[in-house]
Amino acid sequence: MTLLSVRELEVRHGLLRAVRGVSFDVAQGETVAFVGANGAGKTTLLRAIAGAHLPQAGRISFAGEDVTSAPSYRRARAGIALVPEGRRLFGELSVTENLLLGLSAGNRGAWNLDAVLEALPQLQPIRHALARNLSGGQQQAVAIGRALMTNPKLLLLDEISLGLSPVAVDLVYAAIAKLIAAGTTIILVEQKLDRAMSVADRMICMLEGSVVLEGKTSQLTRDQITDAYFGLGQVGAHS
Amino acid sequence: MIWVEQIFQGILLGGYYALIACGLSFMFSVMGLVNLAHGSFAMLAAFGFWALAEYAGLPPTIGWTAVFPAMALLGVALQRLVLDRSARSGFLIPVLATFGLSICIDNLLFQQFGADTRSLAPFIGDLSYDSWELADGVFVGKLAVYIFLAAVGLLGGLQLFLSRTQLGRAIRATAIDRDTVGLLGIDANWINICATAIAMVTVSIAGAALGMRATFDPYAGTPQLIFAFEAAVIGGTGSLWGTLLGGLTLGIAQSVGAQISPQGFLIAGHATFLVVLVARTSLDRIADVWRIFSFVRTKAS
Repeated sequence: MTLLSVRELEVRHGLLRAVRGVSFDVAQGETVAFVGANGAGKTTLLRAIAGAHLPQAGRISFAGEDVTSAPSYRRARAGIALVPEGRRLFGELSVTENLLLGLSAGNRGAWNLDAVLEALPQLQPIRHALARNLSGGQQQAVAIGRALMTNPKLLLLDEISLGLSPVAVDLVYAAIAKLIAAGTTIILVEQKLDRAMSVADRMICMLEGSVVLEGKTSQLTRDQITDAYFGLGQVGAHS
Repeated sequence: MIWVEQIFQGILLGGYYALIACGLSFMFSVMGLVNLAHGSFAMLAAFGFWALAEYAGLPPTIGWTAVFPAMALLGVALQRLVLDRSARSGFLIPVLATFGLSICIDNLLFQQFGADTRSLAPFIGDLSYDSWELADGVFVGKLAVYIFLAAVGLLGGLQLFLSRTQLGRAIRATAIDRDTVGLLGIDANWINICATAIAMVTVSIAGAALGMRATFDPYAGTPQLIFAFEAAVIGGTGSLWGTLLGGLTLGIAQSVGAQISPQGFLIAGHATFLVVLVARTSLDRIADVWRIFSFVRTKAS
């Protein structure tokens, strides 16, 4: 069953066409990874899906509803949660307060404070600490936990390994593996190809705002993706 | 003994300043807005209490049931029609908009009620002049104590509300990053409406306090705005407990100044405000210079 459908999406930053006619579907329970070089339009695409950046053209349907022009808070209430690049935590609030804000979406589901602290045990000892005093890995875990507290049907993860130590990345990806095992639908934007391929059912490679390669992870080779990543060779045919 | 009494009176006066500064500080911390119509709204609320008492026979102890909701609704309209729209044009436009609004409110009150000074004291019985004798020759007015307790209760209640409730957390988060709260299902516009409504209720409480402890007229809002502004700045704009501290500092300074000289009441208050302002900016610069010096010294060694 298709949960998210994106058709001919165009998103601009001023005069720059950051996303150019992108179309794809995401099925319920699927994990899709977007890869591509810096400036490929991945983050803009994710923000457009979450409603943080309104598109100039195209259509975004979520759970059968057209949400193209819906503001971000309505999309969050519909079940789309974004873990933004740079975490964007509320630094003056404690970890628990950051997590509890996720309840504002008003969605019912399995995720509550206890469930999040159980899924992300590294947060338990720091739950009363201010978010601004945490390490990058701890902040990323809070950002993921906060998104989970909205009880999302679709979780958007933007560059979650950016700036983290290898140990912290391992912890974050262990948490993602748990979410995938629980049947959460995930769209992941990731620079680290190996990490993305280790968790994604499907890979979509973007270059200069367009999709240049798409296919099941099991059917794509690392070389194919690397070529598409850097815009080398003929990679226009989608698998 | 006279100095002890003056300081005590200053503390109680500071409670009133904290009360009137509360809404100003709250709006600044949540929306980053300096509401120049703050004093005028306090006068509007005071006249609301007075009109209910004078024409409908409802004393302030009952009148608040009408004034508080009316001012909260006015806050909703203010946010939706003025502040939200003007905020899209940058920082200065909302400030100018509230300045224009204060002129409109002052003159509408003047047109409606004339230039006569009014007071709510006749409607609260002997509370307006009743007092307790703490020690030999040291008296405190009951009303002043109640206003002080109201200020502490209001600021404490707001602090609890902001830290313990979901709406309070959403207000604090919106103040930090209004784009990101949307990703969590929070409508930032609605949060600002709630915050403005809360600020207007606190303004109403301050208006009632002013009306009961002193006289007021349609143009009395500007001095109240200045006192509120000074208390908020002295205490650290945006901090609720800081606002209480700022109010107390201003009240004590004015009270002690009045003891020194009859003209010292206002001068001492303004001077304290300026000293704190200059000290704060100077300390910030000294801290910056010290950081640069420490950095250079570390690099050199």
